[in-house]
Amino acid sequence: MTSPTWNNPVVKWIEYRLPVFSFTQEHLIDYPTPKNLNYWWNFGSLAGITLTIMIVTGIVLAMHYTPHVDYAFESVERIMRDVNYGWLIRYVHMNGGSMFFAVVYIHIFRGLYYGSYKAPREMLWIIGIIILLTMMATAFLGYVLPWGQMSFWAATVITNMFSAFPLIGEPIVSWLWGGFSVDNPTLNRFFSLHYLLPFVIFGLVFVHLWALHVHHSNNPLGIDTKGPQDILPFHPYYTIKDLFGLGVFMLVFLGFVFFAPNFFVEPDNYIKANPMQTPTHIVPEWYLTPFYAILRAITFDIWFIPAKLIGVMAMFGSVLILVLVPWLDTSKVRSARYRPIYKQVYWFFVIDCIVLGWVGFNSPDAMFMGAVSFLRIGQVATAYYFLHLLVVMPVLGKLERPRSPPESISAAVTKETDTVTEAA
Amino acid sequence: MRKFVLGAALALTLGAGTAFAAEAPKPPAQAWSFNGVFGTFDRAALRRGLQVYTEVCAACHSLGLVYYRHLQSIGFSEEEIKAVAREFEVEDGPNDDGEMFTRPAKPTDPFASPFPNDQAARAANAGAFPPDLSVMTKARKGGEDYLHAVLVGYRDEAPAGVEVMEGLFFNEYFPGHQIAMPPPLADDAVEYADGTKATVQQMSMDVTTFLAWAAEPTMEDRKRLGIKTLLFLLVLTAMLYALKRKVWSDVH
Repeated sequence: MTSPTWNNPVVKWIEYRLPVFSFTQEHLIDYPTPKNLNYWWNFGSLAGITLTIMIVTGIVLAMHYTPHVDYAFESVERIMRDVNYGWLIRYVHMNGGSMFFAVVYIHIFRGLYYGSYKAPREMLWIIGIIILLTMMATAFLGYVLPWGQMSFWAATVITNMFSAFPLIGEPIVSWLWGGFSVDNPTLNRFFSLHYLLPFVIFGLVFVHLWALHVHHSNNPLGIDTKGPQDILPFHPYYTIKDLFGLGVFMLVFLGFVFFAPNFFVEPDNYIKANPMQTPTHIVPEWYLTPFYAILRAITFDIWFIPAKLIGVMAMFGSVLILVLVPWLDTSKVRSARYRPIYKQVYWFFVIDCIVLGWVGFNSPDAMFMGAVSFLRIGQVATAYYFLHLLVVMPVLGKLERPRSPPESISAAVTKETDTVTEAA
Repeated sequence: MRKFVLGAALALTLGAGTAFAAEAPKPPAQAWSFNGVFGTFDRAALRRGLQVYTEVCAACHSLGLVYYRHLQSIGFSEEEIKAVAREFEVEDGPNDDGEMFTRPAKPTDPFASPFPNDQAARAANAGAFPPDLSVMTKARKGGEDYLHAVLVGYRDEAPAGVEVMEGLFFNEYFPGHQIAMPPPLADDAVEYADGTKATVQQMSMDVTTFLAWAAEPTMEDRKRLGIKTLLFLLVLTAMLYALKRKVWSDVH
């Protein structure tokens, strides 16, 4: 690609000192992108846009919100009733959290299917997992702010997890609380950190994109681009494709905001926090229930390690282990398209994660169809989660005989067109 | 962690009106005026509901997040709002002598609370706390259907084999079936200004409609804006799709 020149003297002056124009040209316009990306590749840009929406609505909400145990709940209702379009801003932010996770989970599972984490994109993947962890922390902190019953008890349960660690556990919990229970100091610091972390995520996203722009996007075939016949400039091809995807996404997102704004919310969170009254069952938002299920699946001590500590470690481990996926997957072939067995166990893993999420919603003692307790289902699903990542992926990579991927993207595309013509 | 939660559960004050024990049946769905994408609050029902709230519920339940002035958005005139507010007494002050005093409520006040504090509310209700009703339809599973079901769900006799504790009442739809609130509605408990017959069923539907509005006074704005926004987005997205096809037509 030829580097462009500018004739406008102001542009020239700036470009010479700070090359923003050539940077934009290189990374947003000419940026080489595989020509065969399917719609699953839309979710990265959707995640970035959702993050921006969350930051903008969050900044406005912070202008009207009062982080104090006596006023937080009321100030949120004040936003809903008296602030101009406050209900809209708050509902966008509230549902935006769910949308953000939905989009990011699809983005991650896309990567998992097409092997986007394999060399040379390991750093890209690892930064992504760090973003996921930061998102979880941010979402949890934000959930506490309206100071409803679920806010308070989620804060209590989650912070109490740290007490599982021997010796340092209890001091950590008091330190997190800023006292001896979840109270005003806790709410204040949670608000402060909830405002901080999205900007940390923003920075991490920048690094994520930096890593992406070194080796460029993977693609459904999982093979490297071989030349100009395999690629398209990002603009206009992918800008328009991303815009169309954004339109569809906004229809879903705003459909919830305008017509089912409380779909994802537990009714208990419209009851003001009451430290003297525990809700019947405490559940996190849907996007954290799989991890909650893993936490609660461990009900047995192993030697001298108490069940609670193993549960906490299993929960954190279930996210952190994803960092190792580039090495746990031993197959040389990236895309699941050419891995007949992996393609099937992959869907088994997806179902397993959905089952974990469903179990996390239910009380462990409750029975499913009167036959098997949710605890047991959660234990089996947790076992498979780790089995899949620690055993199935490494072993399958060695044993499986993958089909051979096509020579190049353009070759594959031409072949597909031929088949279509033949069929016609 | 679970031990901690259980420990906190022990601190649960008895008779708080939230003794969740047995599963209650799913409340039947009602044909609310505000159901669906185009649903709006029935204005006449809102007026009757406000009357039921002020004459019945307000004896024990506060509505602290709603201001009298909010009634303007559902068609009350300034004079009418003043008249509604005047019915309530609120504490104000201190005045120039440093004394607190009571005065009739004004449109700029929130709905006056029947009790000066939570302890007084409990003391007057045999230890049970009548919750604030401002967001009640959003704060219970089943929402307005549940609220209506509880209001009409009282039975004079508990079914055979069900022991109802002293001072509690049997209610078919309340979780655990034992509720501290005495049956609040009886036929002709209020005399409707518009001549509607005040049956328990009617009053319950009306007051629930009013409380659904109180929980979300911006619902009508939300739906109106929603329809416009989604229609716009639908057209825009269709055009973006066409443009996408056009841009990509030279690829392959």
